[in-house]
Amino acid sequence: MIDLRTNPDRYHHWTLKLGDQSAELILDVDEHETIGTGYQLKMNSYDLGVDIELADALERLRLSYPQITTVLVRSGKDRVFCAGANIGMLAGATHQHKVNFCKFTNETRLFMEGAPAHFIAVVEGTAAGGGYELALSCDTIVLVDDGSASVSLPEVALLAVLPGTGGLTRLTDKRHLRRDRADYFCTLEEGISGQRALNWQLVDHLVPRSGLDRLLDELVTSRKRTDPPPGPGITLNDIDRELTDDTIRYGHLQADIDRNNGVVAIEILGPTELPASSAELLAQGDASWLIATARELNDLLCHLRFNEATVGTLLIKSRGDLALAQRYCELLLQWSGEWIVDEGLALWQRTLARLDLTSRSIMSSIDGDSCFAGPLAELIFASDRSYFLDNGETGLVLNHLNFEAFPMMNGLSRLATRFWGHPEQLRALEPLINQPLDANAAQDKGLVTFTPDAYDWEDELRLALDGRNAFSPDALTAMEANLRFAGPESMATKIFGRLSAWQNWVFNRPNAVGPEGALQRYGTGLTTNFQRERI
Amino acid sequence: MELIDYDSQIPNNVALASDERLKRALEQWHPGYLNWWNQMGPNGFADSEVYLRTATGVDPKGWAQFQYVKMPEYRWGIFLAPGDPERRIGFGEHIGEPVWQEVPGEYRAMLRRLLVVQGDTEPASVEQQRHLGATAPSLYDLRNLFQVNVEEGRHLWAMVYLLQRYFGRDGREEAEALLHRRSGDEDRPRMLGAFNEDTPDWLSFFMFTFFTDRDGKYQLEALAQSGFDPLARTTRFMLTEEAHHMFVGESGIGRVIDATLATMKAAGIEDPYDVDRIRTLGVIDLPTLQRYLNFHFSVSLDLFGAEGSSNAANAFASGLKGRFNEHKITDDHRLVGATYPVLRLQGGAIVARDEPALTVLNARLRDDYANDCANGVKRWNKAIEKSGIQFQLTLPHLGFHRRVGEFQSQPIDPAGNVVTDRTFDQVTVSHLPNATDRAFINSLMQPVYEPGNYARWIAAPKVAIDNKPGDFEFVRLHA
Repeated sequence: MIDLRTNPDRYHHWTLKLGDQSAELILDVDEHETIGTGYQLKMNSYDLGVDIELADALERLRLSYPQITTVLVRSGKDRVFCAGANIGMLAGATHQHKVNFCKFTNETRLFMEGAPAHFIAVVEGTAAGGGYELALSCDTIVLVDDGSASVSLPEVALLAVLPGTGGLTRLTDKRHLRRDRADYFCTLEEGISGQRALNWQLVDHLVPRSGLDRLLDELVTSRKRTDPPPGPGITLNDIDRELTDDTIRYGHLQADIDRNNGVVAIEILGPTELPASSAELLAQGDASWLIATARELNDLLCHLRFNEATVGTLLIKSRGDLALAQRYCELLLQWSGEWIVDEGLALWQRTLARLDLTSRSIMSSIDGDSCFAGPLAELIFASDRSYFLDNGETGLVLNHLNFEAFPMMNGLSRLATRFWGHPEQLRALEPLINQPLDANAAQDKGLVTFTPDAYDWEDELRLALDGRNAFSPDALTAMEANLRFAGPESMATKIFGRLSAWQNWVFNRPNAVGPEGALQRYGTGLTTNFQRERI
Repeated sequence: MELIDYDSQIPNNVALASDERLKRALEQWHPGYLNWWNQMGPNGFADSEVYLRTATGVDPKGWAQFQYVKMPEYRWGIFLAPGDPERRIGFGEHIGEPVWQEVPGEYRAMLRRLLVVQGDTEPASVEQQRHLGATAPSLYDLRNLFQVNVEEGRHLWAMVYLLQRYFGRDGREEAEALLHRRSGDEDRPRMLGAFNEDTPDWLSFFMFTFFTDRDGKYQLEALAQSGFDPLARTTRFMLTEEAHHMFVGESGIGRVIDATLATMKAAGIEDPYDVDRIRTLGVIDLPTLQRYLNFHFSVSLDLFGAEGSSNAANAFASGLKGRFNEHKITDDHRLVGATYPVLRLQGGAIVARDEPALTVLNARLRDDYANDCANGVKRWNKAIEKSGIQFQLTLPHLGFHRRVGEFQSQPIDPAGNVVTDRTFDQVTVSHLPNATDRAFINSLMQPVYEPGNYARWIAAPKVAIDNKPGDFEFVRLHA
């Protein structure tokens, strides 16, 4: 089983070195410490285990060390920055693991880009493939000009796959590399170094080794803040959970798996008390409802992705005091601008984004015990379908947070995405803010899909879940992924919607993964046998 | 005998005169090379006349003509071993096909990388050794140093020729870059770690020529098998020169041992660990020699790269780089499905595990190399044995003090035990030269420039070069 919980004391591959306002994230991969078997992590290459640590470090930088304004991402190995995803690992992995791994690394790279600290990639050796993609996810790339440090995206040339951790998209959309140059660069095994890398905007700074420390000093110093830094941060303790064959229990949520129907029922508990002040919220630290629940939900989603591939449907419920939950959200709004509140909401934003990108059917169920307010209400809007029991009781309430605090990967709120093309319907929601809604009202405003009454309720839900389980999981994944992101594209939606989707297709093609395909043959000395038809 | 044309500006046997494009490229590169030599070549001996060997032909008879030459006037150039029009590719997926006279397009990048890495080591060792002339133990040794230096310089020419002749603009840029990197330079270091280490003293020099140049021999021999014929012919000729470098190393250390043994005997010292007394006599004690050996062997092993290597596998399968003595090996030369035993760490122990032979070619080449080194050590030990002094030099285990590959940073002692409760540094430090050793060796480094005289810590050679007597004036210092 893959466990995504870790902490810096247990890292095998990364070191998080903290300074006053700056930190260093040093990648020094332990070749032998792999999450799977049958491969070694040479050349600072990574597998999921390496990325789990990076994701953990990013969370801690935000929540535990908010005073950090600059993070240097660098290698602990001589002459190698990072060689990207380990090919032996990819060649041996199931399709499902490959795709999930790529998705997780992509999420982690985007979370890095969303972090308030300024990330600087210090490339003192070769940054190849995912290694350069890691650098591309930083805000600034520094390349040492020593004649051998270089950046490259050799996936097409060497592996018959794509630079799929955002590489292609970041070249054009983030670094504004011209497409003809990108084409040339992406077919070049050995990559580009020195002045040409700078001229082509593949890196931001080119520096002789002897000038590196001074340049980094300057870059770090220019980002130092003179106003009081946010914080102090909170400690992120290990998430407690209890696993049995079919249940996963956390402090604030519980998941029950029905294996016959491939459904996991997730019940999330709302807040039970109100913090008296933002200072108290801060003092609660990772035990506050705001932060604890998000962390648990995040862990659950990752756990399901990696360890429960056949559980195809998430049925989301909430339980608690709706009025209290609403009041809790009001306080969050009132205290917004306070560091801990903003970071708590940002944590929810990332968790909800992870839900949007989870390739499972998402159903939600609302009844009189529900407390879908604020971030919990987002779970309804993130659902592919929602059911609200029509018995006059309320279970859902809109809050200003739902209009601004949790943008999706497309940059819009889930409500704006839901009513894409109908701004009047979005505006019509405003009078409902802070009004507890029953099934009728929610249906009337287009917030839920179906509102069965008590007679039909169980049957309707059962039919929906059974029916879902009868469809092709692949078709569902593709359908849902397409429907979830209406409206404009962002770099992130391109990465997940196009790049990753193409990669997933490539990962199924014999030229990449067939017995004579490039991933299988890479490193064996045998040449790849390509099927020549263009599709 | 295929003669070398010494009338042109760049001596060669590749019909340079009729290749205008190449001639222009090489002539443009030439001044940069001389500039590099003057900056980075042997320090302070530009005007000395050195009794150097120069090749006038690429056949056995022609490659060793001795005369006094000022080093900057040495006739570097481009010499390929004689070609065989019937030659066929001897291994990999193209086995049996005629060898390539031009670079196959799909292998261009891989081949260029092989050449650049090989080329980068050649000037590096000249740079590493440039200060040694000031502390030479004899004129004979000084001359050997310079012979090694000029030939490394010519080996650079050999790689540059290939880059410029076969790789267009990229090749010219790479050739230029070879002149700009500098051993140990923070900003422009040489590509491989061992070539950025210091060669601070003559003991290190002899160790370097024995161990590190021998890596060169193995790499060159593997390239001499190449299906890319110009590379095979170039490296075959380089190997004839390289053999002398290893002779310098092996005989150099042998003479150090001879001096130590003779001095110990004369002073009635039987205990090789009576270090203080031995050192007082101005010779190098055997335990220190062992520590130097440990260091140079282990850093040279790193040059072979990681045991498993996709680059090596690809280079073999493509027919670009073979194994050591590929043509003498009796298997199918394709290695599909073949295995080779490789040492791996497993559950805290080192075990030999069969792995696909194609992917562990580096390990195989390294093993061949280690056996060759062991033979040299055996010859040194014979001399020690004959003296009756109870001491044997040993090669440390392949896992000791490694920075590359399976055993990197693992706490493995010279005997090959994985010492689980101690760190890499703790394990290695007592088996490597320490500051006191280095200070002592350094104190011995006083120049001896009178013909026929030798520093006390090294014996005179049994046979000097070109049948000259030991008191021959191998270098005319103030010509």
